[in-house]
Amino acid sequence: MTLLSIRNMKTDIGQYAVLHDISFDVPEGGVFVLLGRNGAGKTTTLRSIMGLWKPSPGSVLFKGEDITSHHTADIARKGIAYVPENMGIFGTLTVDENLILATTSGRFDPARLARIHALFPALEQFRDKQAWSLSGGQKQMLSVARAIIEPRALILIDEPTKGLAPSIVDAMAGAFREIAQTTTILLVEQNFTFARSLGRDMAVIDDGRVAHSGSMEDFAADTALQDRLLSLSA
Amino acid sequence: MNALTETLGQKLGRAGGVNLLPLVVAAVAFVLIGAPSSWVTLTVAGLAMGMMLFLMASGLSLVFGLMDVLNFGHSAFVSFGAFISATVLAGLGGWLTADSWVLNSLALAAAYLAAICFGLVAGWFFETVIIKPVYRDHLRQILITIGAMIVAEQTILAFWGGTPLSVARPNFLEGSWIIGDVSIEIYRAFAFALGAVVFIMLYLVLNRTRIGLLIRAGVENREMVEALGFRVDRLFVGVFMLGSALAALGGAMWAGYETLITPALGGQLMIVVFIVVIIGGLGSIEGTLLGAILVGLMTNYIGFLAPKLALASNMILMVAILLWRPNGLRPAVK
Ligand SMILES: Nc1ncnc2c1ncn2[C@@H]1O[C@H](COP(=O)(O)OP(=O)(O)O)[C@@H](O)[C@H]1O
Ligand SMILES: [Mg+2]
Repeated sequence: MTLLSIRNMKTDIGQYAVLHDISFDVPEGGVFVLLGRNGAGKTTTLRSIMGLWKPSPGSVLFKGEDITSHHTADIARKGIAYVPENMGIFGTLTVDENLILATTSGRFDPARLARIHALFPALEQFRDKQAWSLSGGQKQMLSVARAIIEPRALILIDEPTKGLAPSIVDAMAGAFREIAQTTTILLVEQNFTFARSLGRDMAVIDDGRVAHSGSMEDFAADTALQDRLLSLSA
Repeated sequence: MNALTETLGQKLGRAGGVNLLPLVVAAVAFVLIGAPSSWVTLTVAGLAMGMMLFLMASGLSLVFGLMDVLNFGHSAFVSFGAFISATVLAGLGGWLTADSWVLNSLALAAAYLAAICFGLVAGWFFETVIIKPVYRDHLRQILITIGAMIVAEQTILAFWGGTPLSVARPNFLEGSWIIGDVSIEIYRAFAFALGAVVFIMLYLVLNRTRIGLLIRAGVENREMVEALGFRVDRLFVGVFMLGSALAALGGAMWAGYETLITPALGGQLMIVVFIVVIIGGLGSIEGTLLGAILVGLMTNYIGFLAPKLALASNMILMVAILLWRPNGLRPAVK
């Protein structure tokens, strides 16, 4: 079943046309990976889904409903969480405050909190620390944790491994695998090894267009295609 | 040498860091002024002025922090607050002069309440009609809010005329406490205390409630708060109303402090209020309080020591602080 469907999305930022024609379908369950070179339009695609940029024309269908013109907050309430490229941590708030803010009721569901602490022990250890003082990896964990503190149908995650040490990248992969059992993940990633180990379906964005989409298995086998779409020299 | 300044910096940080600046300023002034009784009078006046400036500035700081809105019309709330409360006090003249502190305080409370209610309603109107159409467009915000300020000033002129209006004070706030050769004006002590109470309430709301958590988070990163499912624009209306009400209260208290007010009052104070907000760091009420106290003290000390430098001193203070800390003393974002 299709959870999220992007149809002929075109997004301008100010006077610049950034996305020209983006269409792809994210099936329910598992990890869907969006690949593409720097500046291809991956972040803009996620922001357009989240309603932070308004595409026109084009539409975003979530569970069959057109959410294109909805307010970002209403899109979030429909069950889409966003882990932005810069992590969007509230540095002056504590780790716990960052998490409690992301709950609708203002209270933790103890079971979910326990699950998050099991996934990311640092978030339990530093719960009363102001978030600016965390390491880059811990901030990334907090940003992901915030996305799963409530049950969600879909999580948009933008380049979560950027700048992280290899050991933390591995921990992150483990966490994503567990999250993906209950929640669909739309993952933007430059680290192909990481993306490949997680993704079932994928699409490549190039210069504001979908240049390829299909199964990760097929794409991983086709090194010529990878070179053409992802290499820096092309 | 480097290590020495570093440990010094750390020691200072643990002792309170930039929060100690008012103490430093007061200590330096104590030496320069020489006469302890004058110093006490000036310090009390500075603290009272600082608290009133804080009330006027806190809303402006939060409004900018939360929505990046530059509101040059903020001074209108200060002016209206002053004139409305002065009018209410004049109307309740009998209560004010009565020999009963209950009636005295009722009159004062009515005046302040009128100013606060005006601030809430006018703030709602101002945000919905004037600010909302120009979110995210600084140039238009500046133009339209300056336009609104001019309209407001003319409105005051039309209602109250251009001649200075004298403001009655309740009986129980008249006069001074005399301790030895030191005299402390009661109204100033009262203004300081009331401002402090408002600050503490504001601090508790921001730091102990869910709405406060949302505001603090929104000041840091509005988009992210929205992406978590909250309508910051709706929250903003409330913050704007609150900020306007506090400015009106600040104006009302200022009226009693000056005892003679003109329609230009808001505009004149606005320069100082902007300096306070910039010194303190946009979006942080602790910073705003610090900036306000510093400016209040400096204005009074310099006004005594070198009257000709009084206005320039705040500008110099601002430039010095921005050179040292470009985002202000206590910016809301880390
Ligand atoms: N705020 C912006 N203003 C102007 N151009 C932007 C903005 N954000 C992104 N762009 C441009 O849009 C293109 C796509 O950016 P982005 O979606 O961030 O790429 P990616 O995430 O794939 O690296 C880039 O050329 C970038 O320069
Ligand atoms: Mg990007």
